[in-house]
Amino acid sequence: MSIFAKFEDIRQTLAGLSESGQNPLDVRFDEIRSPVEGVVDGRRVLLFGTSNYLGLTFDADCVEAGVHMLRQSGTGTTGSRIANGTYAGHASLEKQLAQFYNKRSAMVFSTGYQANLGLISALAGREDHLFIDADSHASIYDACRLSSAEIIRFRHNDADDLARRIARLKGKPGCRIIVTEGIYSMLGDTAPLREIAAVKRETNSYLIVDEAHSMGVLGARGRGLCEAADVEADVDFVVGTFSKSLGAMGGFAISDLEGFDLLRVAARPYMFTASLPPSIIATVSAALMRISQDAALGMRVRANGLRLYTGLAQAGFSLGPQPNPVVAVKMPDRETAVEFWKQLLAEGVYLNLALPPATPGSLALLRSSVNALHTDEQIDCAIAALCRVGLRLGILEKPAARVIAPQAEKIALPAE
Amino acid sequence: MRRPARDVRLVNGWGKLVQQLDSVRAQIIEVLARMIQPGIPISGGTRIARDLGLDSVAIMDFVMELEERFDILIPLDQIADVETVRDLSNAIEALVKDAS
Repeated sequence: MSIFAKFEDIRQTLAGLSESGQNPLDVRFDEIRSPVEGVVDGRRVLLFGTSNYLGLTFDADCVEAGVHMLRQSGTGTTGSRIANGTYAGHASLEKQLAQFYNKRSAMVFSTGYQANLGLISALAGREDHLFIDADSHASIYDACRLSSAEIIRFRHNDADDLARRIARLKGKPGCRIIVTEGIYSMLGDTAPLREIAAVKRETNSYLIVDEAHSMGVLGARGRGLCEAADVEADVDFVVGTFSKSLGAMGGFAISDLEGFDLLRVAARPYMFTASLPPSIIATVSAALMRISQDAALGMRVRANGLRLYTGLAQAGFSLGPQPNPVVAVKMPDRETAVEFWKQLLAEGVYLNLALPPATPGSLALLRSSVNALHTDEQIDCAIAALCRVGLRLGILEKPAARVIAPQAEKIALPAE
Repeated sequence: MRRPARDVRLVNGWGKLVQQLDSVRAQIIEVLARMIQPGIPISGGTRIARDLGLDSVAIMDFVMELEERFDILIPLDQIADVETVRDLSNAIEALVKDAS
């Protein structure tokens, strides 16, 4: 028997996806021309599925900072910080991150995935209890597998359910650690952080918030949902990524707690991987400076999210529960979702196909994300393309009388 | 999905405990039956993932439902060792006794 026999279900799924044209899991971009435009099979497509929320991947200052550092310090560090040492850029970026969040310390990881893996698995020891939201990102689930703690899921965004589950521990020893996210990446909804923070206080637990999709997007200073919900003092650890709003690669964790830096010699995904190349550190630092100085970026991406969400809702699509820069369109079934995705790409709009079990509630989703550089015309163009495909596939019952979104700037911004 | 009543919470001593544990497997099967296509037989030896075609998230949601029913916590790391309905029944019985 082949060692790959265990993947037979996956093989069949992939074969089904490839049956009629483009395999959604194997899109090849010939070229990425800007944060909003790419080329697939020689055809221009509008990018509505990149999580590049602030559109900083081509920012001139970020690019120049990276090029300069690439020439000055070479292509890579070729090892971990424990083995090969910390570069000046790693240390200064950590200081910059701590200042950005107004916290004592920051740790830089080589990816956002590793930031969750390292922080959570190191913090949660043998007698401890991790309470994770049921819709947590895979990196949080994988962190749990690496941890020695007991892992309990609570119902998605349900602070009462969290409190009930913590209460069931009764007098059991060990720390209680709650893990939640700012914006959830599949449906674009935000956590009820005030309620969750209240449970944290009442149960004397620790609270970790993953702001991967909300850093730079929410909060007046771009510090994410913790800032927008005014609970920063209750949050013990914030985890984030450099690969979305900051347009690069890498991850981080920040905390005010004394002892946090001990994780540098306890978190294996931090210790046993190469550190980020200086050029990437330089682009991230430039991007973080840009966010610190330009609050308009966050306002624009929120307004663009609202325009896309409102336009699709008015057209009659079934969407996630909240208007945010992640806008999820619910499909009736897996097959329709795949066909919709393919037709949309042919229409010149690229977004993400999200299928179970990577989605909550076994939903088949078309997951789109806007960024701060999308123009109103591009967003309306995407809405119109979705409407055309929706009508063709019978998801929309009749031509929408009005599919152009209202003036976004006249509408109250979400999550502020 | 309507949440079932918490009808097995242990409150009235050993006799009731025995009675409740007898019904654990039946209740697991009842919850499972609502999650799969009708007509698929389920017994103690049924392998929950392989035989019933439930994906990893569906299994975790199913376990969450059982946590409500029995008013216990079933840590995810314990689910990793569970393959059959019988395994799960044994694990829940131990957790119910532990919580009582």
